[in-house]
Amino acid sequence: MLATIIQRAVMQGTPLLFGSTGEILTEKSGHLNLGIPGIMYVGAISGVAGAFLYEQSTAMLNPFLAVFIPLICCLIGSMFMGLIYCFLTVTLRANQNVTGLALTTFGIGIGNFFGGSLIKLVDTDVPSISLSTTSVIFKTQIPFANKMGWFGDVFFSYGFLVYVAIIVALISSYVLNKTRVGLHLRSVGESPETADAAGINVTKYKYVSTCIGSAIAGLGGLYYVMDYANGVWSNNGFGDRGWLSIALVIFSVWRPSLSILGSILFGFLYVIPTYIPNITVSTKILFEMLPYVVTILVLVITSIRDKKENQPPASLGLAYFREER
Amino acid sequence: MKSNVALELKNITKTFGSVVANKNVSIQVKKGEILSILGENGSGKTTLMNMVSGIYYPDSGEMFIDGDPVTIASPKDAFNYKIGMIHQHFKLVDVFSAAENIILGLEDKNGFNMTEYVKKIKEITDLYGFDLDPYKKIYEMSVSEKQTVEIIKVLFRGADILILDEPTAVLTPQETVKLFAVLRKMRESGKAIIIITHKLHEVLSLSDSVAVLRKGEYIGTVKTAETNESQLTEMMVGKKISLNIERSEPQNSEDRLVVNKINCINREGVKVLDDVSFTARSGEILGIAGIAGSGQRELLEAIAGLQYLNDGEVLYNNPKTKTTENLRDKTPIQIRQLGVRLAFVPEDRLGMGLVGNMDIVDNMMLRSYKKGKSAFLQRKSPKSLAEEIIDRLEVVTPSTSTPVRRLSGGNVQKILVGREIASSPTVLMAAYPVRGLDINSSYTIYNLLNEQKQKGVAVIFVGEDLDVLLELCDRIMVIGGGRVTGIVDGRTATKEEIGLLMTKTADEQKQDKGGAVENE
Repeated sequence: MLATIIQRAVMQGTPLLFGSTGEILTEKSGHLNLGIPGIMYVGAISGVAGAFLYEQSTAMLNPFLAVFIPLICCLIGSMFMGLIYCFLTVTLRANQNVTGLALTTFGIGIGNFFGGSLIKLVDTDVPSISLSTTSVIFKTQIPFANKMGWFGDVFFSYGFLVYVAIIVALISSYVLNKTRVGLHLRSVGESPETADAAGINVTKYKYVSTCIGSAIAGLGGLYYVMDYANGVWSNNGFGDRGWLSIALVIFSVWRPSLSILGSILFGFLYVIPTYIPNITVSTKILFEMLPYVVTILVLVITSIRDKKENQPPASLGLAYFREER
Repeated sequence: MKSNVALELKNITKTFGSVVANKNVSIQVKKGEILSILGENGSGKTTLMNMVSGIYYPDSGEMFIDGDPVTIASPKDAFNYKIGMIHQHFKLVDVFSAAENIILGLEDKNGFNMTEYVKKIKEITDLYGFDLDPYKKIYEMSVSEKQTVEIIKVLFRGADILILDEPTAVLTPQETVKLFAVLRKMRESGKAIIIITHKLHEVLSLSDSVAVLRKGEYIGTVKTAETNESQLTEMMVGKKISLNIERSEPQNSEDRLVVNKINCINREGVKVLDDVSFTARSGEILGIAGIAGSGQRELLEAIAGLQYLNDGEVLYNNPKTKTTENLRDKTPIQIRQLGVRLAFVPEDRLGMGLVGNMDIVDNMMLRSYKKGKSAFLQRKSPKSLAEEIIDRLEVVTPSTSTPVRRLSGGNVQKILVGREIASSPTVLMAAYPVRGLDINSSYTIYNLLNEQKQKGVAVIFVGEDLDVLLELCDRIMVIGGGRVTGIVDGRTATKEEIGLLMTKTADEQKQDKGGAVENE
């Protein structure tokens, strides 16, 4: 029972982990990307479109291509969204909050529009896109997982994207804290004028980190459709997971390694109502609020403790002008 | 042929628009030498050094490093020629450690090894006698430690020519002594050092030669050993120029404002006002002279009730009720109602007092919005006030509904000063009201101040131009480092006298008293 709950929690948490890792990388460059929910939708629908067209074009799926095509489509789609965000906020210095919110609305719209219309391309009676064949490949487990009892359930029972999420978070954490690139990136987010004076290309760092961050976040959307939802696209099915991943960024105080544990905790809070017997709908909704409550608590605690390391990057949300006389 | 001269500038000229920041400046600094660049505010010291460090590009003139002609077009070039500049405002990332800040931006083929870097930093600190913990975070550091990080930053990059922009401005006397010891060690190891300063005693105790700039012009270079304070002061402030500003005799003067031993410590813990006492009389213009940032702003804000005072009192003799009131216990609004007006013209003209996006009428209402009785705005009287100011002060504007930020600087200042005068004050404080104005506008402002003086207002005028202060003011108070270094009569004082008082800082006074002047 406990093993199943943990398993469900990890699966719930994975999209959040992708989203928050991507957002942390972006925020470390000083950009608050509120477009993450929209980017995750676009990532998902791009992957779905790629998989759908590939499934339609051939009767026999090549397992490698079945994974590779949606993956690449997802990365390109979400990176393109990141690029739009960068162009507006870095190059044109538009307001980051407004740009991000616009991208979210735009991205969700794109997702729902193509999610609803792709199905019209083929003559079927099914009401929504179902990519069960591709999904099965995405969900392939390590062969010996089911022979290991609860241990296998907790650690080895997931599709490969779950492990990718954790590895990406760990790599991000390492890069941010232990490498020169990470040092430079953090300096850009903390004090772009200092970075500029030290000869760091501020614009380049902002673009690269935001685009890579968007691509990572997009994978969260892909994981949700292909793995968690068994390849079934339903409009608005992704729900508020995008916002939850932004909340997770704050919860994990801008540390990707902490956000691995945070994502599992958020996932746990998300699934726990299903395992409480005789729960009413209203209580269930109260439970769904918990991640946000926890995030607010973290915000309150870090603000009270006022430790500099636990604060957002100092120039988060501010456009950078090189001062000229 | 390698020469002993590390850096030489020949006939450097730089203009910003129509303002000449540097005109035919020629200086040179040898290896193992400390050169001071001395000058008042706005004399072009920092501009000159910014050209050496690649931030600006000179309009004409030549630069030589080790005797070879060079072009420095960017900070990167300067770095390649081993020139390192330590700015007055530190460029450091707060949440990083000292070591992280020092290596920031460096490209290193040998990978990223923090322990290795820390070892190298330790070598530098040991060599020159710095006191620094490489793992300490910047936000936990004092100003002097931050400066140390900045200096090590340029040394770490292998700089041979170091330029320090007013390095002692933010330091305590003890820290200054420490810094000078370090600089002397660097001189011994053959580095060429340039310090920009306006403190005479530092120049005399530290440097080998002094180059003097005045209003962008290069006056000359002298050997420190062959000069003295009064010669340097004369080079720095120049001869008096007559401006023909009219000055009437004060009439019926009485003490309006008595400031008694006020002390103020700012948020960084620096004492910005130190036992300041003076009296402002009605029908008189009291000038305040001093190097920028010596406490002028805090002093005026203290009187207006905007600055928290640690100690002392500000007594106001109310001419209407003939009573004496202590302004320290009052809120800024109460102080304003007594007739004390502050027309502060800060570095950015719109920063204090006016809202750029609002039009002239709305800005007039900023001072009178409390008078309204109904819930709706009454724009009639502020509108006529705006029209009156535009008319009287010859403000150039398309209409009263033009946003203030679209006006030129001079017109903005006229509106600000005009609005404060319109409320018939008893005390009028104006800080740098003519900064950036052309001659005609400046005279309009002088006339306004004179007019107020004749009406019996106690005028306090903070100015930069000593010639103006000497012709406009009845008395001139000089402050240096938050202390009053002297109050002189505007009619008899000389420029040199004021110049000397200005460059006298608090720590020097203490040293004078103690008799132990740290000198080599």
